[in-house]
Amino acid sequence: MPGQLTPGRLGPLLSLLYRYGPPRWSHYVKTHWSGQRLVMAIPYLWLLLFFAVPFLIVLKISFSEVRLAMPPYAPLWQWAEEAHRLVVSFNFSNYLFLLTDALYVSTFLYSVKVAAIATLFCLLLGYPMAYAIARATPTLRNLYLMLIILPFWTSFLLRVYAWVGLLKADGVINNLLMGTGLLDAPLTLLYTDFAVYIGIVYSYLPFMILPLYANLEKHDPQLLEAAADLGAHPLTSFLRITWPLSRPGVIAGSLLVFIPAVGEFVIPSLLGRSDQLMIGRVLSDEFFANRDWPVASAVAIAMLLLLLVPIVLFQRFQSREIGGRQ
Amino acid sequence: MKSRGWFRHSVLALGLAFLYLPIVSMIVFSFNNSRLVTVWDAANSPTLKWYRLLLTNEQILGAAWMSIKIAAMTATGAVILGTLAGLALVRFGAFRGRAFLSGMTTAPLVMPEVITGLSLLLLFVALEQLTGWPQGRGMLTITIAHVTFAMAYVTVVVQSRLTGFDESLEEAALDLGARPAKVFLRITLPLILPAIVSGWLLAFTLSWDDVVISQFVAGPGSSTLPMVVFSKVRLGVSPDINALATIMVVIVATGVLLSTWWMRRQERRRAREVQMARRDDQ
Repeated sequence: MPGQLTPGRLGPLLSLLYRYGPPRWSHYVKTHWSGQRLVMAIPYLWLLLFFAVPFLIVLKISFSEVRLAMPPYAPLWQWAEEAHRLVVSFNFSNYLFLLTDALYVSTFLYSVKVAAIATLFCLLLGYPMAYAIARATPTLRNLYLMLIILPFWTSFLLRVYAWVGLLKADGVINNLLMGTGLLDAPLTLLYTDFAVYIGIVYSYLPFMILPLYANLEKHDPQLLEAAADLGAHPLTSFLRITWPLSRPGVIAGSLLVFIPAVGEFVIPSLLGRSDQLMIGRVLSDEFFANRDWPVASAVAIAMLLLLLVPIVLFQRFQSREIGGRQ
Repeated sequence: MKSRGWFRHSVLALGLAFLYLPIVSMIVFSFNNSRLVTVWDAANSPTLKWYRLLLTNEQILGAAWMSIKIAAMTATGAVILGTLAGLALVRFGAFRGRAFLSGMTTAPLVMPEVITGLSLLLLFVALEQLTGWPQGRGMLTITIAHVTFAMAYVTVVVQSRLTGFDESLEEAALDLGARPAKVFLRITLPLILPAIVSGWLLAFTLSWDDVVISQFVAGPGSSTLPMVVFSKVRLGVSPDINALATIMVVIVATGVLLSTWWMRRQERRRAREVQMARRDDQ
């Protein structure tokens, strides 16, 4: 028969397959599936499944419609049996709702404002501290660093809670101020923006100080000495030498504070105002109290878009920092 | 120069006072007799009654035990995954998808917790619908969520430790005919052990501390200690929480001091060995 696949003809075909088709298993194992591949694959697959895929799911649900069921959202695509076609129902109403609802817009703006102001305070307090540590003697330096890190190891929640006791109307600070006769009536400190700033600065201060310290510690003191020899005022040499050199540390520290602070949940819940919520709280309420998963997902995606630029900046800095030391 | 010295030193002192004031106040008031957390009842204090109350509170003890189990599993899982990721990122050169892996290991460091919590919960719900696993939510889902964000921290710690020493030691062993797995176990692992230990402790603390992500991925009957504490302090201040904080501060301070001491000793021993090896060379 013409065109029959005889064993004789099979040979070249197989060899073609062999050369251009999928590689032999043993060959594949030797070149690809070595220990290295395995070492890489395990964390890769984990992060893919538990970090990357979840975002796609959030994205998907943010486009679906809420409904009373479990899970409480409508599927995005469905096989319509009678029409014999795939029905895809993309729904932008959740995003439209976010953009047109004054409450959501103001919540987003408020969160960014609070995070930005708290980051600024953190920098104002953290920079001189990091500078003092970097210029201290090696023994003192280690002691200071340990003192900065130690509170970070104790419960964040309990340390924020401690501020409730300090800031209350009959709290420690008001009692002290009134006891010394500086005040006649207690100040309203708790449940204000001020309390949230204190909470954020307090919780995130180590994240500001450590990158700043890592940067400032590398500065060559001879630069400042040379500037002083040439008659520069200390303030001038700070503004012209130290500050520009420390900019990467300032950026890293500020991003490490700002990004999580925008979505902060615990601090504003314990210390903040009840008439103006932050976006993290709104997302959580939307999800748990209203059981509106699509809107909660849309809030999460909007928050991510808002934070995309800072997150990418931070990642570039982080990989440069680690790569630069190699 | 002198004139600015006093400024930064007073800010440092002020900053440290700011960091420690709340902790000191919690410790002091944990011995206070009064129910009013912030009014010192001089006549009947100090007292240990809040500690007694705390240690007989079944709910708190149960939640604490749950948290310890989750934190230990999290730390172990995060150390394994984080070490592998750190190794891949530092030692494997450029491979396809390296930037993606690097991105996925740094993003959780700054990702707002509500987003991580929500996305993981939606994943678990979708997975259960599709495959029937995980069945419901509880300890397992909390641990998976914690491992995912804690491994990012371990990766960073291991990465910076791995970049701290060069590859020549590993290459020498490879040249002498050791297999890669043996090189890892005998050379790399002992060298990065301090990073692994601090990574484990860091992951344990992060898991032990987390309330937001746990709230999303926990199921009924699986409340961790921070979740119980959070629901308690949201209703108002309660003095037994001060006692809890004091106990935790004491444990953490002891642990950190001990591990610092151990790591210093390890460093010094390594330095001594390097010195002796150098001397033998000459």
